[in-house]
Amino acid sequence: MLWKRATAHMAGHVAAADPAPTALPDPSSPHILFDGVRKTYPGGVEALQAVSFAIPRGSVFGIIGRSGAGKSTLLRAINMLERPSGGRVLVDGIDVGGLGEEDLVRLRRRIGMIFQHFNLLSAKTVRENVGLPLKVAGVGAAEVRRRVDELLDLVGLADKADVYPSKLSGGQKQRVGIARALVHRPEILLCDEATSALDPETTHAILGLLRDINATLGLTIVLITHDMAVIRAICDEVMVLDRGHRVEHGPVWLVFGTPQGDATRALLRPLRHGLPDDIARRLQADPPAQGGGQAVLSLRFTGESHPDGISLASLLALAPDARLLHGGIDRIQGHAQGDLVIAVPVAAMRSAAGSRFSPDSWKVLGYVADDV
Amino acid sequence: MSPTMFDRYLRAFGETLTMVGVSVTIAIASGLTLALLLVATAPGGLYPRQRFNKGLSVVVNVFRAIPFIILLVALLPVTRLIVGTTLGIWAAVVPLSIHLIAFYTRVAQVSLNEIDHGLIEAARAMGFHRWHIVRHVILPEALPGLIGGMTVCVIAMINASAMAGAVGAGGLGDLAIRYGYERYETQVLFEIIVILIVLVTSVQFGGEWLSRRVDHRR
Repeated sequence: MLWKRATAHMAGHVAAADPAPTALPDPSSPHILFDGVRKTYPGGVEALQAVSFAIPRGSVFGIIGRSGAGKSTLLRAINMLERPSGGRVLVDGIDVGGLGEEDLVRLRRRIGMIFQHFNLLSAKTVRENVGLPLKVAGVGAAEVRRRVDELLDLVGLADKADVYPSKLSGGQKQRVGIARALVHRPEILLCDEATSALDPETTHAILGLLRDINATLGLTIVLITHDMAVIRAICDEVMVLDRGHRVEHGPVWLVFGTPQGDATRALLRPLRHGLPDDIARRLQADPPAQGGGQAVLSLRFTGESHPDGISLASLLALAPDARLLHGGIDRIQGHAQGDLVIAVPVAAMRSAAGSRFSPDSWKVLGYVADDV
Repeated sequence: MSPTMFDRYLRAFGETLTMVGVSVTIAIASGLTLALLLVATAPGGLYPRQRFNKGLSVVVNVFRAIPFIILLVALLPVTRLIVGTTLGIWAAVVPLSIHLIAFYTRVAQVSLNEIDHGLIEAARAMGFHRWHIVRHVILPEALPGLIGGMTVCVIAMINASAMAGAVGAGGLGDLAIRYGYERYETQVLFEIIVILIVLVTSVQFGGEWLSRRVDHRR
């Protein structure tokens, strides 16, 4: 609660200090707007090609792509660490490309950033690292101390205030990074592959912390990653970037359920339940000539027709002898979706085809002679 | 050892310490400043100024290229202008400092360039001004390397100061040359070398100890 009020106060303060006659920004307007952003590196490499999209206020927004897709360049255009070659980036309606050095410094203090390799200063303790952005902004020592304590509490590192970063684990370093990024009470937090250097358990904890921060402080989080599991864990919206192009953009469940681009499908593949190898090896294109055998079916639920879950009874109605071989259903933003691989006796296939129950798509992958 | 000889040793030791101490202070302060200028004005640096950078680099190379004993003589007019004489300790301090400024500039430049670029990027992202980055990021992070470089610099200075005898500056090296080498007093030569070994070793170990103390990277 205290934080909410503090953030609101800060926003008011910043608006008052702005030269433009702005009141508090309209909550429904996009927080960050990319308008035809291009980036060409010397030598002619086109990292971004006219990318346009909007990031809603208060959302957790994911930008995903393979390495070299241009996501890092895109993220750095928000705080002008990298200047685009063309197009505009608007933060609260202000074209950040047109800001002078002083205004840019002021803008950057409203935008926190965390990094894959943490980028903590090795020569300073945790407390000094977190407090330094305030110190260089001219905040008094007592106030810096109070704020640092508050933030170390928030990230759960109050007992590590006086140690040097080299004595911390990766997850603890990233918590320091998060505390440092929040020290100016920013309205936006940029995450540059923030969990890519962490093990799965730590990744989970850091993502949980980011989600909490988003919920309690109400700030907009923009993260880039190459890992769809990160997107699924915390994002509201996702934009897929491939070779400098925007491939698609939408709510996470929709992009996961019905991916449009090849790049998206490739990125989703590790999370999908495909046909297990041992079954794939025994699969035949036609039912066994001597009769009997099993049909192997793949059912796909995109989250649109059965958002509240898949009825087990109707699965059974498909074929009483149907067996679930492999698969998984994830609930993403309230939409149950996933893939199931089932085996149905060939004899029962006709009734399956006539069943009123239908997944969003299904197909016969092939047949096996005997029991699977 | 006779009392007069002991006095001579003591005086020579004092002269070496004075020459080295003063020149090192001047050389490290100026060399570090020049190294910061070179790093900051380099392409992709904080204040890219390509022509200035190239010019400064060439000037540093010129002084790096001239052998010290020649620099010592060539700088005589400059020395007279600055300290009013061309003889004695203070006359040696001028060429020693200039020689070592160029040397330490390059040594410090290596340490400054070794800083992870991500740290500078993070500082920019947090709303640091460029001088904040120099003051709070580049200098503290490079400190262990800068101190290591200073150690190298001080030892090079102790060596070079032996040649300062040419302008009558005295010092341990000069004593070793005049008594030990030119008068064939092998024992003097030997004793002075032992003193120099002890001196150089203490500087080296002291420098390593200090460098470790400020190094929190591991």
